[in-house]
Amino acid sequence: MTGEPRPRVGLFVTCLVDAIRPQIGFAAIELLQEAGCEVEVPQAQTCCGQPALNSGDDADTVHLARQTIAAFEGYDYVVLPSGSCAATMVHGYPELLAGDPDWAARAHAMAAKTHEITSFLADVMAFAPQGRRCDASATYHDSCSGLRELGIAAQPRALLSHVEGLEMRGLAGNDVCCGFGGTFCVKYSDISNAIANEKAEAVEATGADILLAGDLGCLMNMAGKLNRRGAKTRCFHTIEVLSGRTSGPAIGEEGAP
Amino acid sequence: MTAAAQPAFKDRAKAALADPTLKLAIDRTTGNAERKRAAALAAFPEFESARARGKAIKDHVVAHLDHYLEMFERNAIASGAQVHWAADDAEARAIVTRICLAADAKLVTRSKSMLGEEIGLPHALADAGIERVETDLAEHIIQLAGEPPSHIIWPAMHRTREQVAELFKAGHHPPPAAEDPATMVQSARIQLRAKFLNADVGISGANFLVADTGATCTVTNEGNAELTTTPPRIHIVTAGIEKIVPSTAHAFALLRLLVRSATGGEMTQYTTFHCGPKRPGDADGPEEMHIVLVDNGRTRMLANEFREMLRCIRCGACMNHCVVYRQIGGHAYGGTYPGPMGSVLTPVLDGLAASRDLPNACTMNGRCAEVCPVGIPLPTLLRGWRRRSWREGLEPSSLRAGIGIWAQFARRPRLYRLASRIGVRVMRLFGKGGWISRMPLAGGWTDYRDLPRPPGRTFMEQYRDQQKGRRQ
Ligand code: SF4
Repeated sequence: MTGEPRPRVGLFVTCLVDAIRPQIGFAAIELLQEAGCEVEVPQAQTCCGQPALNSGDDADTVHLARQTIAAFEGYDYVVLPSGSCAATMVHGYPELLAGDPDWAARAHAMAAKTHEITSFLADVMAFAPQGRRCDASATYHDSCSGLRELGIAAQPRALLSHVEGLEMRGLAGNDVCCGFGGTFCVKYSDISNAIANEKAEAVEATGADILLAGDLGCLMNMAGKLNRRGAKTRCFHTIEVLSGRTSGPAIGEEGAP
Repeated sequence: MTAAAQPAFKDRAKAALADPTLKLAIDRTTGNAERKRAAALAAFPEFESARARGKAIKDHVVAHLDHYLEMFERNAIASGAQVHWAADDAEARAIVTRICLAADAKLVTRSKSMLGEEIGLPHALADAGIERVETDLAEHIIQLAGEPPSHIIWPAMHRTREQVAELFKAGHHPPPAAEDPATMVQSARIQLRAKFLNADVGISGANFLVADTGATCTVTNEGNAELTTTPPRIHIVTAGIEKIVPSTAHAFALLRLLVRSATGGEMTQYTTFHCGPKRPGDADGPEEMHIVLVDNGRTRMLANEFREMLRCIRCGACMNHCVVYRQIGGHAYGGTYPGPMGSVLTPVLDGLAASRDLPNACTMNGRCAEVCPVGIPLPTLLRGWRRRSWREGLEPSSLRAGIGIWAQFARRPRLYRLASRIGVRVMRLFGKGGWISRMPLAGGWTDYRDLPRPPGRTFMEQYRDQQKGRRQ
């Protein structure tokens, strides 16, 4: 990429990655840099506002939407390692701020340059990871918001196909919700549990060593359920595999940085 | 009351989750429906354009509802039918019972109609001392069981074959000779035959009301609607006002979507248009035909953010593809309409205070909207109810407080980072190894699954150190 200016990417790490699995954030930085981007993590970010949005609390969501837009609108792109937070920015913000003369256009502009990371790498940067190896079998769960609101399905699979040694296995009901649903999983925990159990059964039935997904919320739900059931499936965010981090601890394994 | 309504839904859901037979029954039916719909769509490449057309037809009608309803009324009257207007469920019940009582009806046969359930017709008929016989096989089953429908297409889908055999054994005289489906269906036929022929009034719903002919249209796979509506002296149709279509061609355009989405078929076995009562010289048919057009909240929806729900053609695809419905079944929803569409409609019908759990008990995964043949954005509408519920203060105070405190932090990045730093350190105290299996205030999570134990330092801490290191 000599000569051409490198696109400036603002990375929104998401609150779950920040607290529970920082290495997803570092994997994202690494991959974005490898793809030729200049990456920054704006310090004014907190949460995209999804918990408030889904609870019907518009006032707080609007505040967080404006705060996030203000923090990120100076970048060429906004990238997130989460389809559901990306969908909140791409669809939620413009809808929420549609009636606001000062903010509607800014929300649209922001939505237009916001991407979930695998779709950004594959579609925008035409990136393919080089020299990555993972000798294991893996299966992939299509997290709902990314899949249905942003059309993310082919991109992670295409990127994963460049990882040598990785054998991908189909997952029955790969596009069926895992029961996470943000606050749903604690508000209606009985129902969520029943859904998660079915998902875990499907994952176990693949016999794959690794379960992959693109949203940490869903991954935490599935990993937590699999562990409670005594399954040995290791769970990683897609970009952890793409950045070659599978030799380190999986979600819930001791020693994660 | 909110306080009372919330545990009620959760308790019903809990009971449903604890019933393995129910789960088996739901899985069989919805699993089949899902497979058949997928196959039907694969063989129907023009689905997307048909869906766009269906959506456009419904939107057009909804935008000109008064025009088409008046046209329908004119043409129905011209065909000899009598048209009644009911503003709400009570009025609809009163009109139907009045017609039955005026005809001195002792026995009423009824063909499956969700609107009849919506307006509480079964109870109204019982209160009026009129015997009611459900003629749809599934409705017959749940009538024997004394239950309401649990699905809008398969009202008895919560019952396994084995349970149905038990019901028939107890409720049929003579009981069926064997438990194979053919013998049981034959037994139901024997039970119902005399009722079909001796009924004074037949009550049906309508899938479509055709404006330019004044006809009502019913689709079934058993032919029971024909037997319900033809032999009795009086035929009463109850239908929601949103069932209107401009013409027969429009009805067929929607029918193509309805059947594929509902059962995966291309056509129903029986598609019948009723246009007025028996005419001079006709061999059979009712002497009187009454059409009761029911509003019951629909014009209210015209004017608010739930307007798109009026497109619903009651195919049931959203519930068949819903993870929540597939765990708890239809009865747990507590309203006439279950699943995603029910979670939008029940607050319209029963009030939000009584049903605020329904729009909340959804993971927002969007699969319902993906399969809806008329493109109803169900998650968006459900969010609309959550918004109202929040605005009207119906959400539990614990949730409001929780979100409120969290938002106070999220609005202040520095404070938020500090709180995260402290938070992950405190969280770590509750786990050992890589997992937390119990933590105060996290019961909703840890009762059922483990929580990954956070590493000691947040991303932001580590990132800032890294940046500092780089600058030095
Ligand atoms: S909302 Fe859509 S999918 Fe659900 S019953 Fe109505 S038309 Fe069918």
